[in-house]
Formats: sequence, C-alpha cells, structure tokens
Amino acid sequence: MSLFLIAALPFLGAVFPALLIRAGRNAAASAAGLTTFLALMGLLIHIPDVMSGTVVTARFDWIPGLGLNANFMLDGLGFMFALLILGIGLLIILYARFYLSREDPMGQFYTYLLLFQGAMVGIVLSDNILLLLIFWELTSLSSFLLIGYWKHLPEGRQGARMALAVTGSGGLAMIAGMLILGNIVGSYDLSVILQNRELIQASPYYLPALILILLGCFTKSAQFPFHFWLPHAMAAPTPVSAYLHSATMVKAGLFLMARMWPVLAGTEAWFYIVATTGLVTMLIGAVIALFKDDLKALLAFSTVSHLGLVTMLLGFGTKIAVVAAIFHIINHATFKAALFMTAGIVDHETGTRDIKRLGGLRHLMPLTFTIGTIAALSMAGIPPLNGFLSKEMMLEETVHTVWRNSHYLVPGLALLAAIFSAAYSFRFISHVFLGPARDDYPAHPHDPPAGLWLAPAFLVVLVVLIGLNSATIVGPLVAVVSSAVIGGEKLPYYSLKLWHGFTPALYMSIVATLGGLFLLALHRRGETVWNALPRPEAKTIFDAVIGALTAVSRWITDELHNGVISRYAIILIAFTVGLGYYAYSTGTIGVETRVPLPAPIIPIIGWLCLIVATMGIMWFHRNRLLSLVLIGVVGLIVSMAFNYLSAPDLALTQISVEVVTMILLLLSLNFLPTETPWDSSAARRWRDAAISVVAGIGAGGLIYALMLRDFAFPTISQFHLANSYKGGGGTNVVNVILVDFRGFDTFGEIIVLGIAALIIYALTDAVLGTSVRAYLLNRKPHWPQSGDSHPLMMVVATRVLMPIALMVGAYIFFRGHNQPGGGFIAGLVVAIAFLMQYMASGYTWAIERQRFYYHGTIGWGVLIAAATGLGAWFNERPFLTSDFGYLHWRPLEEFEWATAMLFDTGVFLAVLGAVMLALDSLSRLAWRPGMAQEFPMDINPLRDALIEEEQEKKEQG
Amino acid sequence: MEALVASAVGVLTAAGIFLILRRRTFPVILGLSLLTYAVNVFLFATGRLAVNAPAVLNKYEDVPYTDPLPQALVLTAIVISFGMTAVIVMIALGAYLSAKDDHIDMSARDSVDDAGEDA
Repeated sequence: MSLFLIAALPFLGAVFPALLIRAGRNAAASAAGLTTFLALMGLLIHIPDVMSGTVVTARFDWIPGLGLNANFMLDGLGFMFALLILGIGLLIILYARFYLSREDPMGQFYTYLLLFQGAMVGIVLSDNILLLLIFWELTSLSSFLLIGYWKHLPEGRQGARMALAVTGSGGLAMIAGMLILGNIVGSYDLSVILQNRELIQASPYYLPALILILLGCFTKSAQFPFHFWLPHAMAAPTPVSAYLHSATMVKAGLFLMARMWPVLAGTEAWFYIVATTGLVTMLIGAVIALFKDDLKALLAFSTVSHLGLVTMLLGFGTKIAVVAAIFHIINHATFKAALFMTAGIVDHETGTRDIKRLGGLRHLMPLTFTIGTIAALSMAGIPPLNGFLSKEMMLEETVHTVWRNSHYLVPGLALLAAIFSAAYSFRFISHVFLGPARDDYPAHPHDPPAGLWLAPAFLVVLVVLIGLNSATIVGPLVAVVSSAVIGGEKLPYYSLKLWHGFTPALYMSIVATLGGLFLLALHRRGETVWNALPRPEAKTIFDAVIGALTAVSRWITDELHNGVISRYAIILIAFTVGLGYYAYSTGTIGVETRVPLPAPIIPIIGWLCLIVATMGIMWFHRNRLLSLVLIGVVGLIVSMAFNYLSAPDLALTQISVEVVTMILLLLSLNFLPTETPWDSSAARRWRDAAISVVAGIGAGGLIYALMLRDFAFPTISQFHLANSYKGGGGTNVVNVILVDFRGFDTFGEIIVLGIAALIIYALTDAVLGTSVRAYLLNRKPHWPQSGDSHPLMMVVATRVLMPIALMVGAYIFFRGHNQPGGGFIAGLVVAIAFLMQYMASGYTWAIERQRFYYHGTIGWGVLIAAATGLGAWFNERPFLTSDFGYLHWRPLEEFEWATAMLFDTGVFLAVLGAVMLALDSLSRLAWRPGMAQEFPMDINPLRDALIEEEQEKKEQG
Repeated sequence: MEALVASAVGVLTAAGIFLILRRRTFPVILGLSLLTYAVNVFLFATGRLAVNAPAVLNKYEDVPYTDPLPQALVLTAIVISFGMTAVIVMIALGAYLSAKDDHIDMSARDSVDDAGEDA
C-alpha cells in the first residue's frame, strides 16, 4: 500500500465514526477499527522491504518553491513507531468501545482518535521536516480534543489547555529549530539532512537549532522541567491516557530525537543536555510516582520516568545505547499500555482510582490481577519479563558513562531511579491487589467483560514472550530499527538475552529490586516525610504564569482596542499619510514623459458638478437625505467619466451599481435618524479636516504624477490585448480578462459577494428575532407617508418596462464577450428590473410572485462557475481554462460559442442573487402585517388617520 | 484632463476621509462610498487616461487600445464595494435598531458592560 494511503487512511476514516454513530456505537467502533486495521495491513505489507533494510519512499512535490514536499519514507524506525501507533491503536479502539459509557459521545471520540492517529503516523512516515512539523502540530491539536473529551470536567478542560500550551509552544520552538536546520543544509528533506552530519555540526547555528528542536522534543515527551502537563492530561478517559500518554504521543519526542540522532548526536552539547535531562527526569518521575495515590497519576509519573530513561540512553550518543533505547521503547509501550488499561478496568469496576481506597482485589478480580501484576513486574524490571532486559541494558550503559570526570554519578543516580521504579511498581501490585479484601469499595468489583481485558491481556502475553525469547521475537526488529537510527552504520555487538553472567548490571538489578521492596515496606513513613516537604506545585506556577500573560494581553488589547472606532480610523489614516510622506520625501520622481490630454468644456462642466456635489455633501452632510441625493450626483459623474475615458464596461457597471446602492441607502435611511447631530468639538473637526486635506492632496498628487509618466516596467496588458482573441475567443478584452485570464479572481469575487449577501440575510434574521421586531412594528415613519404607496403610473410603467429591462439584460449578457457588457452588468440590470417591481407594487406583492429563492440563485451561480472551471480538468487543462469554437446552424449566421459564456452565466446568477438577497433582506425590516393588498395600486386609507393624528399632537403639544 | 481627474480624486479622498472620521454610522457610510469612488478612479487612472480609445479589439484597423487590466480590476471592485457597503449598512442598521444609538464609538459605559460579561 502506498505510504500516502497509509498516512491518509486515518484522516479519511475519521469521517465515518462521526457519521455512523447514528447507526450505533458498534458501527462507529467498527468503522474506526476497520480503518486502523486497513492501515496496519498496508504497513505490514512492507515488512519484507523494511526487514531487508530498504527504505520505502513516496514522493510528491507539494510546494517546491518553499521546499515543502509531501515526501514519505518508511525505514525501520518509522516502521516500528507506525506499528506501535496502529497496533496499539487497534487495541485501544476495542478497549474504548467497552470503556466509554452510554452518555459519552462515542462517534466524536473515535473521530478525534483517528485524527490523532493519522497525525502520529504522519510524523513517523514524513521524509520532509516541514511536513513533519505540520503533523507534529496536528498531534498537539488532536490530543487537545482528546484530553478535553469530557468537556463537563473542569480538570479535563484545564489539562487539555495545559497540554496544548506546553506542547504547542514547544512545537513553535521546534519550527524555528527545523527551519535553521533546513537552512544549514539547504533542503528540508530528511533523507538529505541525515546525510550532512559534518556540515550541521560544524555550523555556528548548530547549538541554537539543537536547543530549539530539543525544546520541542522535551515538551512533547514530558521531560523535566516540562513534565508537569502529563499528569494533568490524565483527566482524559483512560483509553486516551493509554494511547497518547504511554504508547504514542509522548514518544513522538523520543522518535524525533532518534530520527535526528545521526546528525545531532555525538557532540558534547547533545550529551550534556539530553543525557542530563533524561537522567533528572527519570529520577524525579520515579520519586514522585511512588507517592501518588491516584493510579493514573502514579502511572503518569512512571511514564515520565521511563521517557527520561529513553532520553538519557539516546543522550549517551553511543550505538549500543541506541539499541537499548529502541528496545526499551518497545517494551515500555507494551507493559505501560497494559497497565493503563488495567488501571482503567480497576476504575471502571470499583468506581475509584485512589490507591488508599483499594486493596485486596486479588480475589475479586483474579484476571485483572494477573494482567496487572505481570505488567507491573515487567515495569519493575523483574526477570524473565521484557522490562528486565531493557532495564539491565540501560544499567549496563550507565556504568560505562562518565559525567564530568565522575564514573559514579550516572550509574548511582540511575540505580536510585531504578530502586524507586521498582518500589512504585511493587506498590501498584501490593496496595491495589494484595492485602485483605475490603468492604467499602464504591462499587462491587468483579472481572470486566472480555472486551475490556482482551487488549491488555494481549499486551501482557507480548510482555512475557518478548522477555522469554527476545532474540527471536523482536531481535530482528530491534536490529533494523537501531541501524536505521544510527544511520545505516554497522551495529555493535550485543545480545538480547536474560542471562549475561555476573555483570555490574545484574548486581544493580538485584539492588534495585531489594531496595524497591525495602522502600515499599517504609512507604507509610516515607509518605509522612514526603507530605511534610515543601514542593513547588507545577499547576499553581503554570496557572500564575498563564494568568499573568492573560492579564498583560488583556491590558494591551483593551488599551489598543478600546472600541473607539474613529480612533482606529484616524491612526490608520495618519499612519498611511505618514508612510506616503516618507516615501515622497526619500524617493525620487522621474521627469514627465506624457503629454497631458486636452480638457474640453464638457469634462470641465462634469468636473465642476462633481466638486460642487462633494462640497455640498461636506456642507450638508447633517441632512442625510440631501447628502444622499448629492452622492448620487457624484456617482453619476464618475460613471460618465468612465464612459468618456474609454471604459464603457466600467461606466455600465458603475451606473447600475449606483442605482442599487442608492435604493439600499434610501431603504436604510428609512430606519435611521434623518439628521446627524453635532457631536465633535471644533478642534476635532479641524484636526480631521487637516488630515483629510493632507490625504487628499497626497492621493491626488500621486495619481497626477503617475498619469503623466509612462510605465516603469513593461505592462502585462499587452499580453492580454494580444491573446484576448486568440486564446480567449473574445474581442472585449475587459470581459475576457474577467472570465478567462483572471477567472479565478472573478470566481473568488462572486463567492465573496454571495457571502456578503448571506451575512446581510443572517443579520436581518438575527435582528428581527429580538425585540427589534416589536419596535419596528410600532414605530412611526419619519415623514407622513404618501397616501398613494403604489402609484398607478409607476406600477404601469414598471410592468411595461419589465420585459424590456430583461431583454436589455439578456442583450448585455450575450454581447459581453465581444462588446461592452457581460455577466456582472447583466446581473445588475436584471436585478434593477426586479427591484422596480418591488418599489412600484410593494414587497408583499413581489415576493408572492417570486418563484426562486435568492439563496439558491447565488448557490447555482457559484456552482455553475465552479463546474465550468472543473470542466477544464477533463480536458487536462488547468482550472478555469476556457475553450471556444464556432457553430453554424442554418439558417442562423455562424456564431461563436465559448465556455467563458457558461462561466459568465454563473457570474450573472451570483450577482443577481446577491443583490436581490441583500435588498430583499433590508426590505423585510419594513414589513408589517396587513401590508398585502389585493390591488397593488390603491389609495392608502391610513393616510388621513395619520395626518389627523399628527395634527392632534401638534394641538396638544 | 489629468489635472481634472487628479483633483477629483483628491477632493473625493479628502471628503471621504473627513466623513469616515465622523462619529455616527451614516456619515461613515457616505464617507466610505466617496472613498470608494476615489479609489476606483485612482486604480482606473493607473492605466493612464485615454479618450476615444476602444477596449474592444477591432480587426479592421490598428488603433491604440486603452489599458484593459485596471478596467477589469475596477469592474470587480465596483461590484464588491457594493457588497461591502450593503454589509456595513446592515450592520449599522442592526446596531441602531438594537441599541437605538448610531454612534460608531463604543462608549465608556459599553466597555464596562463588556468587561462585566467577561468576568
């Protein structure tokens, strides 16, 4: 199976549980399981290749300009991790089906789980560090959803936020580190980076890159001092803890350290940072774990400790330590997932996870006892289980490690950690299962149904088998993975077996076991001491830091964004003017190269009209109706100017938009106050006037200078003129640009227009849903209404005009490709034809005759445009490539047929729908019951009553 | 001719900006409309002015054409600015009808209310 498919399957499959949950929980679980199973099978097909050391690749250039390639590779390391992710994923899906209760939304759970799974598989299969980073962040996001799955629990939400904050910010650091790394090498492909060890380690940027990447790894893998998020993430349902926090996500950091090992490891910086962090984490995690009463917290800190162990081994930088690290990753995944599931079973059956309230479950839950005990003994490092093997290898390696000239520091501390590790493992067994049975469990404990114990039992069988016969079962895998990690070099001699003779590691193991038993015996006294010790509480510190950050951000936001919109506007304008001034004062301006066009008398008259109208708006802007009339004059002059200056398409568009905009503004003025009161101080008005004048001079001066000079660079308009007819099949170059050359832009535009109309519709709907409706029904109009709300003359005129207007629309539409016109203008013209009916005969009359909803018109428009664009794909052309040809149907003349016409139909429909929906929505505000009249042109009988009322008021007032 | 167009752009810009800086919704909408005219004419004029130059290709004679690219850009800009104006009008209307207040600036009282809701 292609690597693309393996990585994509979980994402594709994530859709199904969410949909299938309606068919029941089994359906959702089966869908999730089947997806995982398929991906797992796809992975297993590659066993022969992987085992022979071949690297399977799948390459696809995504954005080559950025070095972002969707390249995947499968080597031993990736294979092992993918196997863990998919294999344990399958077990978790089974376990979760029985673990989650009826109230939990199971479809969501599996969807999140599969998303997470896909992201993890993506990380381990990526052959491009940018791609890897994308998947890396996806794991942070999807784990956020999983940890916070029980939304009703505050701990769940807090834990999810903390995990996201810590791992997310680590991820950000890592992005920086990876970019540095890619910059050093000159490629973002892992396979290239891994070949350049000398180059990277010699670079002055090696240390910053190393530290940034390690920050990402340490936060993800919960290394000290970032370990604190992991225990809080335990608020998640147990299947999540077992999956994310033992087998997969926290191992992502380890994976990356192993992946980068060939190029980053082996330096002093690497050793001291990584090995020391690992050692400290291992010790601290083990000590804290011993004193945790919550079963899951105990396991969480033990996970922290074991992750530290692996980190330390990778930090040693020797090949044999890598073998031990790889072996321990496998072993830890098996026994820790089993332990988490056991803890989940205990919680599920007894109703508590508090060790203090448990004990004596041996007789009540024999099966769980067996599973839990074997897994815990493996964690303690007791032979012949697999945990013993890798722990002994670890101890052996520490003996050979020198830290700052000290031969005893590392082995001593490692031994201490091993003692605590044995102690908490024994505590898990003895305080939960051993001892006398109690009679105060919150529930009646008994062994769970098979669905719950099957998965951990399977893992425990692996624990035993690997322990007894490691060389056969996992030996080849460990060898392949280790050689993948160390970069294909020859592996040193090692053997995976139980008995190595009387080595220092054996003695250390014995001491660890005895010490563990001893500590367990002293546990009660130790606990008193522990509780008396002052300890920094990570959550309090974290909350304080986050609280302070939030306060600062809130302060900045409040200060900058205080809701005074006119202040934002003036800052923006002043800044822009300042930028313009800077450019003007520092730049140079060339000589005038164009001769100004002459200005005949007609344009001068137009110009005078425009200036007078604009000045009038300034002078009378408090009288809103008058300023609207004046702005109409401005619009009219602008469209005439377009016409005069050889832009007929623009003139047509401008004038039809003008009509629609005026209607819109008039409608809105119906509900707004008619006067603008004086509420700025004189000083403020002068300030605003000064800034406006400066901006106006700037804009006018700039365009004046621009118009009198030729283009600094050759323009691409020549290309459009040359290819419009040959390539686009139209002589109206503006229209061909819209529907062909820049068709994608136009496609975006009609979508935006449609969205704007939908926003207006939604806003109207929302506003009308509130008390506004009552206000509107009871309000008095600003002016006494004309008695003749639907004048006969206008009704007749619009009826007669309707077919003519539609025909003009059709004419403009069809000629658009070759003559001024096109979908935009035709849409506006037809919209105006409809609007005339609304105005003349009333809203109610018009919508009674409406056959299509405008939403649908917009939708069809966008769909038709999209379908036209997609059509090009079937002819193996890029999206929206147009085609044209000539048809000759007798007795008609020969005519041209272009796919651009179809696209233009989409534009037409979208514009028509958007304009109509916008105005229709606004008109709804004016609707009142009883407005519908049988005859659309009768006299308003309310007129006299209204006038009388007004007069009465005047007399009284 | 250029001077006419440039001064018109300047006047429209100045008037538009002055109105945008007012404190009620309706003048701001008017100001935006004026600024839209100014910007559209500005963009159009970047193609340099031409009188009696067709934008439509003509196979019989070789005449200098007008620059079609700014025209196409401005054409969509005109239509989009209608959409934008319509949305702003609706927002202004909704705000006025809900709060009976057409100030664009949030008053100090509103800010306090807002903070109260957050806490």
